Amino acid sequence: MTRYLSLIVAVTLAAVTLVVGPAPATSAAMPFDGVTVNVLTFTGPQIAEPLQRRGPEFAKLTGAKINVVTVPFSDLYQKILTDMATKTNSFQAFVFDPQWMADFITAGYLEDLTDRVTTDKALQWNDIMPFFRNFSASYGGRIYTIPVDGDFQMVYYRTDLLKQAGLKPPETWDDYLKIAAAFNKKDLNGDGTPDFGSCIAKKRNAQSYWMVWSVAAGFLQSQGTKQGSFFDLDTMKPLVNNEAFAEALRIYVETGKYGPPDELNWDVGDSRSGFVTGRCALSVDWGDIGPLAVDPKTSKVQDKVGAVILPGTKRVLDRKSGKLVACTSQTCPYAINGVSHAPFAAYGGWSGAINKAAPAKVKDATYAFLSYMSQPAQSSVDVTIGATGFNPYRRTHFTNLGPWLKSGMSEAAAKNYLGAIQASLNSPNMVLDLRIPQNQRYQQVALDTAVAKLLAKENTIEQAMKQIFDGWEALTNELGRDKQLKAYRASLSIQK
Amino acid sequence: MKNQTPPRGQAVPTGAEAASSVPVGRLHALGAWVERQANALFLLPAVLMLVFLSVFPLFLSLYLSMIRFQFVPGGFQLTFVGLANYAKLIVGIEREHFLGLLPPLGPAVLVALGVVVAMLVVLLIRYLRRPDASAAGLVGRTLFAFVGGGLVWLMIRVLVPGGRPGTLFVTLIYVVAGVAVQYGLGLALAFLCSQDIAGRRFFRVVFLLPMMITPVGIAYTFRILMDLGKGPFAPIWRAMGLAEVSWVNYPWGARLAVMIGDVWQWTPFMFIVLLAALESQPAELLEAAMVDGANRWQTFWKISWPQIIPVTSTLILIRVIEAFKIVDLPNVLTNGGPGTATESLTLHAFIAWRTLDIGGSAAVAYMLLLLVTFVAVAYITFVHRRLAEI
Repeated sequence: MTRYLSLIVAVTLAAVTLVVGPAPATSAAMPFDGVTVNVLTFTGPQIAEPLQRRGPEFAKLTGAKINVVTVPFSDLYQKILTDMATKTNSFQAFVFDPQWMADFITAGYLEDLTDRVTTDKALQWNDIMPFFRNFSASYGGRIYTIPVDGDFQMVYYRTDLLKQAGLKPPETWDDYLKIAAAFNKKDLNGDGTPDFGSCIAKKRNAQSYWMVWSVAAGFLQSQGTKQGSFFDLDTMKPLVNNEAFAEALRIYVETGKYGPPDELNWDVGDSRSGFVTGRCALSVDWGDIGPLAVDPKTSKVQDKVGAVILPGTKRVLDRKSGKLVACTSQTCPYAINGVSHAPFAAYGGWSGAINKAAPAKVKDATYAFLSYMSQPAQSSVDVTIGATGFNPYRRTHFTNLGPWLKSGMSEAAAKNYLGAIQASLNSPNMVLDLRIPQNQRYQQVALDTAVAKLLAKENTIEQAMKQIFDGWEALTNELGRDKQLKAYRASLSIQK
Repeated sequence: MKNQTPPRGQAVPTGAEAASSVPVGRLHALGAWVERQANALFLLPAVLMLVFLSVFPLFLSLYLSMIRFQFVPGGFQLTFVGLANYAKLIVGIEREHFLGLLPPLGPAVLVALGVVVAMLVVLLIRYLRRPDASAAGLVGRTLFAFVGGGLVWLMIRVLVPGGRPGTLFVTLIYVVAGVAVQYGLGLALAFLCSQDIAGRRFFRVVFLLPMMITPVGIAYTFRILMDLGKGPFAPIWRAMGLAEVSWVNYPWGARLAVMIGDVWQWTPFMFIVLLAALESQPAELLEAAMVDGANRWQTFWKISWPQIIPVTSTLILIRVIEAFKIVDLPNVLTNGGPGTATESLTLHAFIAWRTLDIGGSAAVAYMLLLLVTFVAVAYITFVHRRLAEI
């Protein structure tokens, strides 16, 4: 423990020295001279960019060389697991999706960081919002990752356009469709070509399966976070073959009427670029569009962007009958103005973990690097840079407006943006993402494929629902219903 | 004078040796033994390499196709599940993905299937009446009739209204249509470049360029080219009123885009081999044809074409086997979309493998292996041998 303390003190001192100014020349060896840490994450620029930028800084402070290796997002899961399962162990750190922890930790591949975190004062663990500490970082009461990002899906809108048209930001998905219809095929950025009412990343094998759930979540969950939105809590039967999910799919398909012609080939890179270049009136995204919109090099919508909690619904699923029922104080106890919102904490936020098989000294260096990335001094700046892909996850990020204003965001825009995230984070009906063994096969294969077929008109809504239901049931039967149900229920007990 | 050589491996003692030295004889025997084993010894490294790199993985992947991969405390566990992964593809939840959407059989479909079955039965009966018919030949042809008939059945089912091709049939489309177009284009270009035209050396190099570019690079290039809203041809599409149209929204449009990329990449291979074949034909025959008054078309059709048929046949066989493995273009260009419209069998296996569904992935790979083997053997038996004999 003393070793960790001294290490943390060394890193903190070094960080302070860097901020204060150049120190007099010293011959003292740095704590991690000669240590190389291979960090695996996904192909940037997001996520990889801050790791690559901060790596040399960290090397100057500690002597450790940070080598960031990237692979496409869809390959990341298997790359991490095959590296550890085959005992290749060529990577010592992974910055990944915390949803995958069930697989990683069950197999015993990740280092337990609980003791290190609790003694790391520089990390300011309690400054990280409880949801991210518990969902992104912890499993079974122990800490395995250090969050470097916070993820919620929200709706972004063009404040200038809505103001001109006298429209309010969407409260329900019907509002969303109406606003999208109102601006579709109109020139929204003054370049003389018609633009789009709504831009959503609907590409297969990309982010579409989170987007569709952002629409569905409000219809499926209304009784608070512990109700869950994916499965029945007693039988583990999927909640995807009912009127509520059919309505969500109908809305998701209908957004395509107001989208770009090749929206089925758009991932978040395309939808973000489309929005900040002024081609889209509305978009659904994580916190990235906010900071990206203030970048003068790429943005044509500076100070014209608003963010709002995911639209809700006035009708929700009655799980007994499978029908949609109107919101009442019983069916929607957390509704605001009769609208039940269910902000979807899609993904959870990129988090860093350490390979348990790494040598002790390398583990120390890896931990120090992950801690350095997350510490307020670094993260408060990184979350304001659009290219990092990092979104706010610490209390400081929400309360200290300084870095946001310095990044070019106006105070009103910063408050609007952070307010939308906080509204999601504080919602008692926040929807948790799926975190059960092999969730990848449920979401990235079964759900994603059926939704992609639906969008491509290869399926009807009924066929898509049946495919997802059958696919999830087959997986649950294959992996063990009791085991999956236990994991699902445990994941919903997470304290926010 | 006739030079008498002793039989291979047999030592011939000289007079002095035979008289006095048994150990020398043994030495010779040893030398002869080593010589006998030399062939095997020299072959051994290659055989071992083949066993480890081809045969062993083949059996290991067969085993993997019958397992379920799961994480358990302390690592992972492989559970033997028999043919469950195959059953999932043929009759289970993956059937629609693998075979396609098969609508109920209508009367027209039933008639078409009846005709196919009748044709296959007639072919079998005709074979039995041949004087050289054998049991092995009958078994082979019955197997061919069964699998070939199955593929025709699948084609009819997925192409009728209400049906939709799965990854198996999409792969077959890529192979058949892609290779046919590549061959046609390659032959036309090779014929042009074999003529005495200006700049033919330049064109030979230019036509070869696509083959030298990495497939992923080609896929990204075509992704940009085919973006009607943002690509380099966007102004043209806009002028034509097509800026609001996207090929990715249409399954056949997306498949066509993948095939165009594939044709662009692989036509040079056809071109270069066919060019070599055309240029190696004896000039006398062509000159004789010209003297006899044959026009260019007649010269090509009656002289050149028959001469390059054996090369053509081998070339198509190689390309067909290679084309079955298409993965990079649909993966980069469309990610297998829209829906699963452009997903090939290899991409199907790759997507399963990415989520560590190792058993499911290996089962798809084995189905691909069976399909390639069937097509290659059928092609060699019914087409290649006959063409090669011409």
